Amino acid sequence: MSEKIPVTVLTGYLGAGKTTLLNRILTEPHGKKFAVVVNEFGEVGIDNDLVVGADEEVFEMNNGCICCTVRGDLIRIIEGLMRRKGRFDGIIVETTGLADPAPVAQTFFVDQDVAEKTRLDAVVTVVDAKWLGERLKDAPEARNQIAFADVIILNKIDLVSPDELAAVEAQIRAINPYATLHRTERSAVSLDAVLGRNAFDLDRILDIEPDFLEPGHHHHHSAEIGSVSITVPGDINPEKFMPWINEFTQTHGPDILRCKGILSFMNEPKRFVFQGVHMILDGDLQRDWKPDELRQSKMVFIGRKLDRAMIEKAVEATRA
Amino acid sequence: MSTAPHTSLTAHVMPIDIGEHVLRSGFIGPQPVLALADGQVVFVKEDGLTRIHPHGDAAILVAHIQHDLVLTGGEDGRVIRSQPDGSSSELGHEKGRWIDALTASPTGAMAWSTGKHITARDSKGEIRKREAPSTVQGLAFLPKGYRLAYSHYNGASLWFPNSEATPDSLEWKGSHIDISTSPDGRFVVTSMQENTLHGWRLSDKKDMRMSGYPAKIRSLSWSHDGEWLATSGAEAAVIWPFKDKDGPMGKPPRECGVRPAKITQVAFHPNALVLAIGYEDNCILLCRLTDAAELLVRVPVKGQGSITALSWDKTGKRMVFGTSEGAAGLLTLP
Repeated sequence: MSEKIPVTVLTGYLGAGKTTLLNRILTEPHGKKFAVVVNEFGEVGIDNDLVVGADEEVFEMNNGCICCTVRGDLIRIIEGLMRRKGRFDGIIVETTGLADPAPVAQTFFVDQDVAEKTRLDAVVTVVDAKWLGERLKDAPEARNQIAFADVIILNKIDLVSPDELAAVEAQIRAINPYATLHRTERSAVSLDAVLGRNAFDLDRILDIEPDFLEPGHHHHHSAEIGSVSITVPGDINPEKFMPWINEFTQTHGPDILRCKGILSFMNEPKRFVFQGVHMILDGDLQRDWKPDELRQSKMVFIGRKLDRAMIEKAVEATRA
Repeated sequence: MSTAPHTSLTAHVMPIDIGEHVLRSGFIGPQPVLALADGQVVFVKEDGLTRIHPHGDAAILVAHIQHDLVLTGGEDGRVIRSQPDGSSSELGHEKGRWIDALTASPTGAMAWSTGKHITARDSKGEIRKREAPSTVQGLAFLPKGYRLAYSHYNGASLWFPNSEATPDSLEWKGSHIDISTSPDGRFVVTSMQENTLHGWRLSDKKDMRMSGYPAKIRSLSWSHDGEWLATSGAEAAVIWPFKDKDGPMGKPPRECGVRPAKITQVAFHPNALVLAIGYEDNCILLCRLTDAAELLVRVPVKGQGSITALSWDKTGKRMVFGTSEGAAGLLTLP
């Protein structure tokens, strides 16, 4: 079986520098070829042989789960692309500025044919350092794109003062303290910062540490997107935890954008890792706990209206 | 299931060296034709292969091969008719778009779509266009009259391209992929994103759900008498009875060709109740419906991919097939 083709999803609000980043990825001398899926052909041309126009057609799966949306056009495009082997080493999907990244990401887990041939590598969000503050006020999509990101490119830092930069970083971290953040001018970032991230690979979930000190209790009002991270010492009882996490993601799926965890299950020498997008959960036993490693369980939820006290209490009740 | 050992037809298969993913197959008279994903159309002749590239460097995404017609739609947005002499002519060009679906009727009408936009071209070459409520995924002409069925999100529609009337809509929630019309024109069947089939009886738009498949159903074939619909998507060919007024409602389907591999292609013989079945491991069996007797056509070969194209000629004497890894062959019945 040949290896699955990695897919990078590039999001970001209009004018943040997505196309500049895309052209950087395409023109660096890496010897790799990419298929690029774009929604609209913007003013800036895309420097690539294989560019496919998409319709960004989102539809609901008929499985009784309202947040289980996928991109129908992407399913067809990937089916078409994957029939011709050897034309490219990776796929980059650029979304429109207004797009919700969830349906794109979910397509790679929900559609069997797509999941068989490709794997989602990471969601990369380009953010405009100067205008993010304004966007966060008027555009819920901008907030979603940050919450969803594995990698955030904080671009145009040359246009803001150090204080303004610190303020915009704090705003990003209040939404998503876990994404890897790079500060750039004109989207100049090394390629390995955005490609080959394996952000959805359970084997690559090594640790759950905020990239930044988690801002205290920034829950101004409940509709805001934020994160809740929980650490519990000692073991967890999988027979209590698994039903809870399933139930929790089923009932709160629409509000949970991303989640991730490394758990210490009782009588289990291996670490249990999980990650999820809305209601779609993926989990498995990973490597052994090392003898000198502190056995504890850590998890993080990024989403809307997350009730920290409720989640803490529920997780506490699953302790062995 | 039959307990008798397989009788083998493997000695009657002539391998064809193709080398690329075979998207679709068919016959022009006695001559096999293959449309390849990399953009080639290959005519298999007595004295060798004629390979042409009607879409230049662009890939072929959809193809329809019947009687004297080889029609392909590509990444270049072109719809092209190719001839065995190696010539080709462009019938349509949707600039900057992929051709998503393509079909033709036995009388020479054609239709293709890109995104929501459908183009119908009657046998005289008259073009009509229409926009669907969402992206069109499948196209099929009804057997009588100039009427086109197309599948889309939340259902399917039936359109008379020469009439100003709004297309008749068949509603069912979800994403409908391929579409097929029964040879008697009584039923329309679609395959869906959630590994089910959906059918409508056209006389009263009564819904039919056919579910239980482990994979998407991407190959449908009607028997010559129109009484059976064979489907891929499971580890047996699932064959639904459509003889009665109610179609398959309340009746169990027949199953044949059970193997521990999923079926990717099915093709009914043009004048007998014999089904050709192609699997994900590139094995091919023939199965007779009347007594479930099986004949082996192709032994699975590792690394040769899944069967992606399978078709009979008009007489039912020959059958051509191709795989996702570029293997192909021609069966001539003894």
